[in-house]
Amino acid sequence: MLTKRIIPCLDIKDGRTVKGTNFVDLRDAGDPVELGAFYAQQGADELVFLDITATVEKRKTLSELVKRIARQINIPFTVGGGVSSIDDASLLLKNGADKVSINTAAYKNPQLIKELANEFGSQFVVLAIDTKLEADGEWYVYLNGGRIKTETKCFDWAKKAVELGAGEILLTSMNHDGTKQGFAIDITKRLSESLAVPVIASGGGGTMEHFADVFRNGKADAALAASIFHFKEVAIPDLKRYLHEQKIEVRI
Amino acid sequence: MKIVIIKYNAGNIQSVLYALERIGVHAIVTADHEEIITADKVIFPGVGEASSAMNSLKENNLDQIIKSLKQPVLGICVGMQLLCKYSEENNTECLGVFDEPVKKFESTVDKIPQIGWNNIYDLRSALMKDILENSYCYFVHSYYVPMNAHAIATTDYVQPYASAIHKNNFYGVQFHTEKSAVVGERILKNFIEII
Repeated sequence: MLTKRIIPCLDIKDGRTVKGTNFVDLRDAGDPVELGAFYAQQGADELVFLDITATVEKRKTLSELVKRIARQINIPFTVGGGVSSIDDASLLLKNGADKVSINTAAYKNPQLIKELANEFGSQFVVLAIDTKLEADGEWYVYLNGGRIKTETKCFDWAKKAVELGAGEILLTSMNHDGTKQGFAIDITKRLSESLAVPVIASGGGGTMEHFADVFRNGKADAALAASIFHFKEVAIPDLKRYLHEQKIEVRI
Repeated sequence: MKIVIIKYNAGNIQSVLYALERIGVHAIVTADHEEIITADKVIFPGVGEASSAMNSLKENNLDQIIKSLKQPVLGICVGMQLLCKYSEENNTECLGVFDEPVKKFESTVDKIPQIGWNNIYDLRSALMKDILENSYCYFVHSYYVPMNAHAIATTDYVQPYASAIHKNNFYGVQFHTEKSAVVGERILKNFIEII
């Protein structure tokens, strides 16, 4: 059976992982390649690298990093952060990225999704959506890392993006992100059940039970988390074993 | 030993090269007919759409070369599909090494494409040497090869289908060996060791 995927996310700045980690057993946990290889060996199903570098050297440092990742890591990985053109994506693909994630640039220019899908295939295009539940009971799309609110509803944007050729949706609930109180079950379920493409749930995973919940009740195809893995609050082998015991199909 | 990866417009060439590098195998990426014909092993990768991939092969007369190869050939993902007779993806005539069709997944329940890790079982042939039944491999595809007499691995998605095939010197795997962790690396190693 096709398994549910566990995806650690690494934030990168100037070629280094940003969020602190407490991996005392790694020689250099600040090296994204070493940390990524560690997760791969622990049983992570995929990796996401989000680059938040804002300097002019960004493209060069990122493509060099992507090449090192592709050389050393034997599972698929997605690269995101500032991908806004065919050229950006092509450079990442050429260096060995399996997928790119696009967010604000795709919202501002939805044709980018279509162009990327036509050029490289839908499987290469992950649409990331940052969304927030407002007082009116609706989930809205936010841009620029959650700093700018739009009037577009999350569901409508996701649906349109899939029609344009997005191959997966990476859905981050801003209400849940960082809380460790569990994933956003309702919106994840709504998207996953309505869309023909896989949905990766992100934001709020704090315990192993939260992962079981988002797979079972949120119908997520994959779940992404960062700090709980980095700080060893949840170890991937334990998480996989737990999910397996819960009769959720995972790769062990 | 000379290992050649066929160069055409496939998206995963670099990843295949890196995976071989990880298992200590040096390979060259080329579209040169002489280099391909004289190789000990040929890897035929593939990510993308069938008809444009076939057109890219034809432009360089690689279609005729691949069909005529006598050494072990491994088609990966779309590479495997192109070894078949015909693909429903844009009604593409393929190489016809295997007399099988390539069909589109049809389902109202399962998502298409299949993306992620799935089991391979009923494993046969030297390509699957020391691979445990129900090992997980990484798949990304919307089209599949139906069960047939040449299947050396089966996977269930929508229905059971042939996730690896073998006939004479030709092998094909639907999953991405280059992204399937240690299982994938072992299968690549098995291919390199096939006599």
